[in-house]
Amino acid sequence: MGREVTRRRLFRSALGGAAVSLCTPLLDMALDDNGAALAATGQPIPARFGTWHWGCGMNPDRWTPAVTGADWEPTPELQLLAPHKKDFSLFTGYAAMLDGRANEPHISAVWALRTGYAPKTKEDIQNPSFDALIAKAAGGGVRFRTLDMAATGRRTDSYSTTGGGALAAPELSPLDLYQRVFGSGFQDPNSSAFKPDPDIMLRLSVLSAFGEERAALLRHASASDRQKLDAYFTSVREVEQQLALQLEKPPPAEACVVPSGPPRVLPVSTEIEEVTANHKLMVDLTLMALKCNQTKVFNIVFSPSASTLRKAGSADTHHLLTHQEAVDPKAGYQPGATWFSQRSLEGLAYLIAELGKAKEGAGTLLDQILVYAHSDTSYAKEHALDELPVIMVGRAGGRLKTGLHIREEGAPVTKTALTAMHAMNLRVGSFGSQSLEVSQAIGQVLV
Amino acid sequence: MAVAADQPREPVVSIRRLTQDQYRQSIADVFGDDIKISGRLQPDPRREGLIAVGVSQSSVSASGFEQYDSTARDIADQVTDATHRELVGCKPVNAAKSDDACARAFLGNAGRLLFRRPLQSTELDRYVGLAGQGAVARKDFYRGISTSLANMLVSPSFLFRTERAVWDGGHYRLDDYSVASRISFLIWNAPPDEALLLAAEHGELGTPDGLRRQVDRLLASPRFEAGVRAFFADMLALEDLDTLQKDPTIYPRFNSKLAADAREQTLRTIVDTLVRRDEDYSALFATRRTFLSRTLGVLYGMPVTSRGWEAYEFPAEDPRAGILAQPAFLMAHAHPGRSSPTLRGKAIRELVLCQQVPAPPPNVDFAIVQNVQDPKFATARQRIAAHNTQAMCTGCHKLMDPLGLPLEGFDGGAGMRTTENGAVIDLSGDHNGKRFVGAPGLGSALAADPALSSCLVNRLYSFGAGRTPAADDSGWLEAIRASSVADGLKIRAVVRAVALSDEFYRPEPGDGSAEVAAGPSASAKDAKETPHGS
Repeated sequence: MGREVTRRRLFRSALGGAAVSLCTPLLDMALDDNGAALAATGQPIPARFGTWHWGCGMNPDRWTPAVTGADWEPTPELQLLAPHKKDFSLFTGYAAMLDGRANEPHISAVWALRTGYAPKTKEDIQNPSFDALIAKAAGGGVRFRTLDMAATGRRTDSYSTTGGGALAAPELSPLDLYQRVFGSGFQDPNSSAFKPDPDIMLRLSVLSAFGEERAALLRHASASDRQKLDAYFTSVREVEQQLALQLEKPPPAEACVVPSGPPRVLPVSTEIEEVTANHKLMVDLTLMALKCNQTKVFNIVFSPSASTLRKAGSADTHHLLTHQEAVDPKAGYQPGATWFSQRSLEGLAYLIAELGKAKEGAGTLLDQILVYAHSDTSYAKEHALDELPVIMVGRAGGRLKTGLHIREEGAPVTKTALTAMHAMNLRVGSFGSQSLEVSQAIGQVLV
Repeated sequence: MAVAADQPREPVVSIRRLTQDQYRQSIADVFGDDIKISGRLQPDPRREGLIAVGVSQSSVSASGFEQYDSTARDIADQVTDATHRELVGCKPVNAAKSDDACARAFLGNAGRLLFRRPLQSTELDRYVGLAGQGAVARKDFYRGISTSLANMLVSPSFLFRTERAVWDGGHYRLDDYSVASRISFLIWNAPPDEALLLAAEHGELGTPDGLRRQVDRLLASPRFEAGVRAFFADMLALEDLDTLQKDPTIYPRFNSKLAADAREQTLRTIVDTLVRRDEDYSALFATRRTFLSRTLGVLYGMPVTSRGWEAYEFPAEDPRAGILAQPAFLMAHAHPGRSSPTLRGKAIRELVLCQQVPAPPPNVDFAIVQNVQDPKFATARQRIAAHNTQAMCTGCHKLMDPLGLPLEGFDGGAGMRTTENGAVIDLSGDHNGKRFVGAPGLGSALAADPALSSCLVNRLYSFGAGRTPAADDSGWLEAIRASSVADGLKIRAVVRAVALSDEFYRPEPGDGSAEVAAGPSASAKDAKETPHGS
């Protein structure tokens, strides 16, 4: 017994009853680094993964290019991403199926996409999200398995869950994020001096002492309580692993430039200019956390589903506008609501541009990363569950093709999630349940 | 006795994480108010209407554990620092070395309070061992204590309230320590105090007289107010105020201090009405008594001269009657720049009457609802009426709007108004066939609805038990409701009735451990007896 978490147990609790079947044991998988290595150190470059969420979708007829494949032309609503066309692939036509359950506006589709099951209510979210499965498999070996953040500063703005209904707790400001990553416990990978911290050694050994308590509790607990305890002990194990890592001299990270101090403290709110400013700072810190090997996985929420974004002085939020604003008869869309979704995409464009500037080895972070960007709906006015917008940024260590427009009208959106998992070398056999169950990834984009 | 001899442990029947408030209260109770808890704790999820239910359905995430771990080390360092180390209660022979006897005395006492039960001897040995290991590594007795205490503070035995069942005369019931925690968290929202732990140790809580004595003691204590505050903060989802945002251009008086004070105002009103004045629960929705701070005074347009809180009573004809006409409710259930009779009505249904309002159908055209530019639709009532010409909308809106429209005399920032876009606001509403006007009318209409009292009783049960009532709980809860209403629906009486019911201590049917479902092993049980729930 003891403290050793068996693979089987960790594996079970990692999946927490997810509708996922695996071809190979999860923990045996190491990420393929595609042979790329940093010139200075010879260290393999790890693959990285992120998600990026914006709320209230877009207008499908102004978004979707007419042509699929590599020769698509950026449409009016994709103009902001046009300079980066070769660095992402666009997925259109995918849908969330509810299998007879009610469409819970702004909840059904986003959670169907993330967990493979469209919940009846927000309380019904039980399976782990696919980003958490990727983090479980690929996020190890660094201090933080994931970094979660919400540019809107609201702690409920999260679409990541390891299962059992517990959503990840996002960092709510650039300062929080800075302190988490570069505050206490941070070791500069490029510092020549390294001495293992005896306090950390002690903490590690003390944390490892939970074995007996674990056995005593689990012996007599009901199935649902055992699941909670399992999740708890898995969390303990994860912190143990973090501590163990801090006792080793970190490998040098040539692109790591430790921020000289905390970021500017800006007001945190849902006002669009403030969200944009905070998002930029969060992106900058996240990229540095990647380059300094502090994390390999992140989840950014630019704006939540049912977008709370607003303009100073206006009574209307982005979400309210999508429902109340009249469609401009000449333009054919809601100008106010569309303005917000374009401002959101501007945030994504910033992320892509910064990834492209982040040199690493012979290339940039764009070569190694996959950022899965999506929204909670397409045409928000109708809470549409079809034509869900998905964008995959980056080449995932050479496993993902970019520059393509892939269209599958009416196909389950879980297919895009499965594809992302495969691109990250998480070889799950299937993902999702009922009509959302898929076992075929989108082959055209995988290398 | 601080330590229990090792014995076979009883089956665990439920595990629920401490809420943030309960965590903070536990630390304050055991180590004193001046131990600071800085940094965040894992957020509390809300399920089936309550955080109390949410925490029994969720666990500790990796980032949550990280937060608990860093908070624990911070607390343990404070407890053993030079200013607080008298809390340890004994002095080591040599402060630079380990001292098992002193460590054992302290950790046994602290552990019993933190784990809400005596430590098993092997548990205590382990914590004493950790203190020794820490003292040697850090060459300091107190840092050793700190190391061990930090570990105790992230132990599942502290972070989770673990309820165990004992076989008792033909059925399972919660063991005495689990009962002690149940009543203590129900009545004080705090862990059991010394007297309650002693009562558990002496087996008093297993007897009706002993249980009654302790329940009455807890109810008579000033700490009952903290329990009532915690319960209503949970029932009314007042944590929404912590993250509330308003557009400062539209509501320039709004800021986070105002939101915090609004929350405090509602809680003060509740405690004053229900605990200090012992009034009928329905008085909460009619009372014109309230409390104002300077910040709230600005919103109310009333001068508040003192720095603290001032009691205030509005005149009889004032529209500001009841807690639903207070800023906490009015602001939390509105948009950032606009009021919403629908959101307010929905909140009354869900939070106050425990009724579920279905989600809107997906493909709705909301265009008219919020088209404030159209002069035909100056008020929210006119806009909603237009929207409700669509049959698919009318059904649900009939449930919500008539309860929210009477509160339209308050804008989304809780400011009073009589007109919207130049048109006079009509404050009429109706509920269960009775028509009324404004917040005072709303209060009377709610008072006449039996759902008001049954919601209170059900939520109190759920708050204490960490789960919503099962089908076979409806009978005894209804009996409590009926007799409480006959006596004027006093909060103290309802809490007392729940805390003294055998049914409150039944392990959850169908979700106990295999042992509880099947009864104890043949050797332990009387062959003639049939366990409850089998």
